[in-house]
Amino acid sequence: MTTMALRNTGTLAWRTLVQIKHNPFELIDFSVQPIMFLLLFTYVFGGAMAGSPAEYLTFALPGIVVQNLIFATMNTGIGLNTDITKGVFDRLRSLPIARSAPLAGRILADVIKQAWAVALLLVIGIVLGFRIETGPAATLGAIGLLLVFAVALSWVSVLVAMLVSTPEKVQIFGFVLFFPLTMASGAFVDPATMPGWLQAFAEVNPTTVVADAVRGLLSGGPVAGPVTWSLAWAGGLLVVFAPLAVRAFRRRI
Amino acid sequence: MSGMDTTYAIHAEGLVKRFGETTALDGVDLAVRPGTVLGLLGPNGAGKTTAVRILATLVRPDAGHAEVGGFDVARRPHEVRGLIGLTGQYASVDETLTGTENLLMIGRLLGLSRPAARARAAALLERFELTAAAGRAAGKYSGGMRRRLDLAASLVGDPRVLYLDEPTTGLDPRSRNEVWDIVRGLVADGVTVLLTTQYLDEADQLAGEIVVIDHGRVIATGTPADLKSRVGAQTVTVRPAVIDETGRIREAVGRVAAGPVDVSGDVVLAPVSDPGALAKLVRDLDEQGLAVAELALRSPSLDEVFLSLTGARA
Ligand SMILES: Nc1ncnc2c1ncn2[C@@H]1O[C@H](COP(=O)(O)OP(=O)(O)OP(=O)(O)O)[C@@H](O)[C@H]1O
Ligand SMILES: [Mg+2]
Repeated sequence: MTTMALRNTGTLAWRTLVQIKHNPFELIDFSVQPIMFLLLFTYVFGGAMAGSPAEYLTFALPGIVVQNLIFATMNTGIGLNTDITKGVFDRLRSLPIARSAPLAGRILADVIKQAWAVALLLVIGIVLGFRIETGPAATLGAIGLLLVFAVALSWVSVLVAMLVSTPEKVQIFGFVLFFPLTMASGAFVDPATMPGWLQAFAEVNPTTVVADAVRGLLSGGPVAGPVTWSLAWAGGLLVVFAPLAVRAFRRRI
Repeated sequence: MSGMDTTYAIHAEGLVKRFGETTALDGVDLAVRPGTVLGLLGPNGAGKTTAVRILATLVRPDAGHAEVGGFDVARRPHEVRGLIGLTGQYASVDETLTGTENLLMIGRLLGLSRPAARARAAALLERFELTAAAGRAAGKYSGGMRRRLDLAASLVGDPRVLYLDEPTTGLDPRSRNEVWDIVRGLVADGVTVLLTTQYLDEADQLAGEIVVIDHGRVIATGTPADLKSRVGAQTVTVRPAVIDETGRIREAVGRVAAGPVDVSGDVVLAPVSDPGALAKLVRDLDEQGLAVAELALRSPSLDEVFLSLTGARA
């Protein structure tokens, strides 16, 4: 039964990834926006924010990576909702396959895409002058932490996908939820200059703690605190949203 | 029930399904013997799709009980899924994948090896005349091609029981005939088919037995011949080429008619029951040198079926 579940999950992950073969631009497509952000933050704001573009890049790159990662978790929900509205799920459910596979396959494929996006942004960051001050182990640790957080957060996206009627609504909901979440954070600026109430929010915001953890792991500086908080956030999101999402999933399909 | 009753490939008793205020199924019984085709006939909203979805384990009934191949659809869904193929009312192919990839995915999900899944996909695409489009994204297919791919997808696992929910709606006459031929071929191989349709004609072409449902209830059951005899004869319609000859044509039609001859506008129409009536009429008209612009034999429409079965318009 478990080998069947793994096989089915692999097949369905393949199905989500193989589209890239026909439309390789999709890969660039979902990387264009963060790359533009990266250029904007580095060259337009960088001097004003931190004295020089290079210096600001060191601070902002982890933030941009995290923001992009958070927005990209919405793709999981959009894909699932599309499958339901287009009837693909009916077909899958009429087959003798593991019940968990359609969900697990989608999440697996999206983690692989997230890993690609993180790697791409790091490489472009390095080309623009970002320096990894730690080592390969810490870098892999940062990527691993980002992916763990992405998987945990994608349950929110799955839940939204089960509750709304169309993929467009998943997208809108995601934007409304994640735009303030990622901006009111320490991803792009130090929250110290924010008004007190906002500062309080920004400091516990998962965007901030994950960005801080990635900074620590790539550039040196405090690691234990932010990594612990990041994992706590990931654990909390998982514990709360995974059961809700699975319940909504069972009810919807 | 015994739980392993295999007299019937599909056996449902007292299926009830409600959606809020709507009662989609209100106590439907169905029994389909292995290797036969049951036509489930009914107008929009009759409950056809709901019945299919219950039998395909996609929806649980609120009451009643159904078995497919002796397995209870609610308690043994996995076993039921191993027996069935489903072509839903709306094509459910992945539009971002090519035709080949769609079938490959299903073959792999069903446990075929990569080469076996590839071979199966190629064979099915060939059979459904999709080989030329095999490498194109299904989202770029025409409606008819998508339907054929959907049908192919439901056949990857060699199902013993096949559900076809309005399989020819939206197809051109040629594609419709192809689908009919495919269904006949499957039945010849021993597959049991449950087919929903809004066309009496289609049920007549394919089904050995027809169940007519309306508002979630079975209102008639029988062979196509039974139903047609209950509904009445076919109608012959003749449009004279020369309007002055209407009277003489009316007399000719009268000689083969099984009931009163009517003239409506410039068309002469009458019920006929004798299968040779049309040939006889053509010969008669020819001998008398009467030219006609149009001559047709029409089966009763679904509307007429409902009119005579329920006394109310469908
Ligand atoms: N998921 C659903 N939620 C709410 N109502 C539904 C749902 N599915 C079906 N219904 C309702 O149940 C009734 C039967 O629908 P069903 O789709 O089974 O009919 P049908 O015979 O397949 O019709 P059609 O020929 O239009 O496909 C309709 O009144 C429909 O509106
Ligand atoms: Mg329907």
